[in-house]
Amino acid sequence: MSTEAPEAPAPEEPRRGTLRSSKGRMADPLFKWAVTACGTIVLVLLALMVLRTTSEAWPVFAKEGFFGFLFGDEWTSGGSRSEITGTYGAWPFIYGTLVTSTIAIVIALPLAIMVAFYLTHLAPRRLAKPLSYTVELLAAVPSVIFGLWGLHWFLPNVLRPFFELLEGVLGWFFLFEGPVRGVGYLAAGIVLAIMILPIMTAIIREVIVVHPIDQRMAAYALGSTRWEVLRHVVLPASFSGIVAAAMLGLGRALGETIAVLMLIGGSQAWGASLFGTGSSMASHIAATFGEASPEARTALMAIGVALFLVTMIVNILARVIVWRLGRMTGDAAV
Amino acid sequence: MSVSNTATPRGTESGRGIAPDTVRYNREVPGLGDPVFDISDLSIYYGANKAVRDVNLKVGPRQITAMIGPSGCGKSTVLRTLNRMNDLIPGARVEGKVTYHGEDLYASEVDPIEVRRRIGMVFQKPNPFPKSIYDNIAYGPRINGLRGNMDDLVEETLTKAALWDEVKDKLKESAFALSGGQQQRLCIARTIAVNPEVILMDEPCSALDPIATLKIEDLMYELAAEFTIVIVTHNMQQAARVSDRTAFFTAGVDDAGDRYGSLVEFDETATIFSKPADQRTEDYISGRFG
Repeated sequence: MSTEAPEAPAPEEPRRGTLRSSKGRMADPLFKWAVTACGTIVLVLLALMVLRTTSEAWPVFAKEGFFGFLFGDEWTSGGSRSEITGTYGAWPFIYGTLVTSTIAIVIALPLAIMVAFYLTHLAPRRLAKPLSYTVELLAAVPSVIFGLWGLHWFLPNVLRPFFELLEGVLGWFFLFEGPVRGVGYLAAGIVLAIMILPIMTAIIREVIVVHPIDQRMAAYALGSTRWEVLRHVVLPASFSGIVAAAMLGLGRALGETIAVLMLIGGSQAWGASLFGTGSSMASHIAATFGEASPEARTALMAIGVALFLVTMIVNILARVIVWRLGRMTGDAAV
Repeated sequence: MSVSNTATPRGTESGRGIAPDTVRYNREVPGLGDPVFDISDLSIYYGANKAVRDVNLKVGPRQITAMIGPSGCGKSTVLRTLNRMNDLIPGARVEGKVTYHGEDLYASEVDPIEVRRRIGMVFQKPNPFPKSIYDNIAYGPRINGLRGNMDDLVEETLTKAALWDEVKDKLKESAFALSGGQQQRLCIARTIAVNPEVILMDEPCSALDPIATLKIEDLMYELAAEFTIVIVTHNMQQAARVSDRTAFFTAGVDDAGDRYGSLVEFDETATIFSKPADQRTEDYISGRFG
């Protein structure tokens, strides 16, 4: 191979040597296989995780039934080592996860779009750069810090007074029925919104910063206001990217553990009022895993499986939305 | 500057730089009448740089005014002051006065949004929205809160823009499926759909082939019966072909070494191209410079 190269310049057959591989004939195929193997590892890991957790959780599903487990709302742990003696219904935790994540995304998505639009189109150039960096920096703050800050400063100083006001005005409406305890779904959801805001803003910023300026100019020249340009020109063109950002934020909200654990109240109840306390799937696992009996541990595994399922369903739904709407608007990026 | 109403049919005099047969439209030059725009002592700054200096110009109603000149002469910059598009460029500001029917365009109570609804703009590169042909036309009327039959408006507008026959069977298709020339006519249609009084065109044919260019010129000529058109062009023949009046700008360097643009001469197009008053204009149109 490479050692043969010096012999190549024989005057009669100069071509033969030049057609030989200088790096070894196997290098490229080897690289190809190595990369393929790396790609496969992801699939194998995923399969192992699903199989392992599902098989560990199997006894609980077998006793409660799959839907009985998902929608049952009583959770009483038994202490057995070998069999399932308690009652395990994960609905309060699934409900807690869905409610807090929905609150988070409903608050964070419009905010993230506005912040991103401000950063890309409206902020003075001197301010835009440092602000963008700050946003990205915020995305890197560990969630336990958000939890601590939320519990010890944000909740008593901002959220509680705001909740009391809300309850006073809208208390007749079932979502805002009292009593206000402070911690609860709404507190956890709002802090989650703050947590996922930076990463969503960063992604949406990336998407709309590449939006072609000539289309915005066309819209402005027709007498559009800034809001109309954002609403009718920038957002439709950036739709798939915005959905992707929302999914990433939602994924983080669904799985967030510590901050939710600190703010959701940690009860096993569930109710319509957003001021109510509860648990999310992740927070319940984290809160009880340490002292759980073997059978309760199995049930927590089952919650893990359910969380995985919920996340997957949300992701698939998002893909479908992007695909359907993308086909309608002819978005080439889909 | 000639502001007379006396008819000067274009193409009767053979220009020094432009062959007579490039004059395609024979009509009398309309008078300046009650000018739509009256620009006096206009200077435009980008940051601290005074990029365009001391422009004086009148734009007459329902006619085509061309702005020509070499790169960097400020013609596009001046054009963008007419519908306050310069507001969108950070650091840009104007000095002097631009009036629109006697009203100061830069008075503090003037809303640039309202200005742009009356004074539309067509850009260098065709820039349709990534929407259907129909929705491109409907965008402007919709944001203006039009309550009426949108289908009729779309048909009427596309007919006016000489595009209806080519697109009537594919109104729901993406505007990007059209050719460059069709896209540019769609952009013109989108502009006239909000029924502006003025259409500003910033080198509207520079990205198009000669055939598409001629179609746009025909269209401009027809639209000039209803709209006031101001066109910036690199193409002197184009200015000679379509415009009634021509403003020639040039780029200069001041004592401090800063480049700036200024207006050299403004007159009826036939005059500019046959017997310009300024030597610099003559040098430019005869191809000795620029």
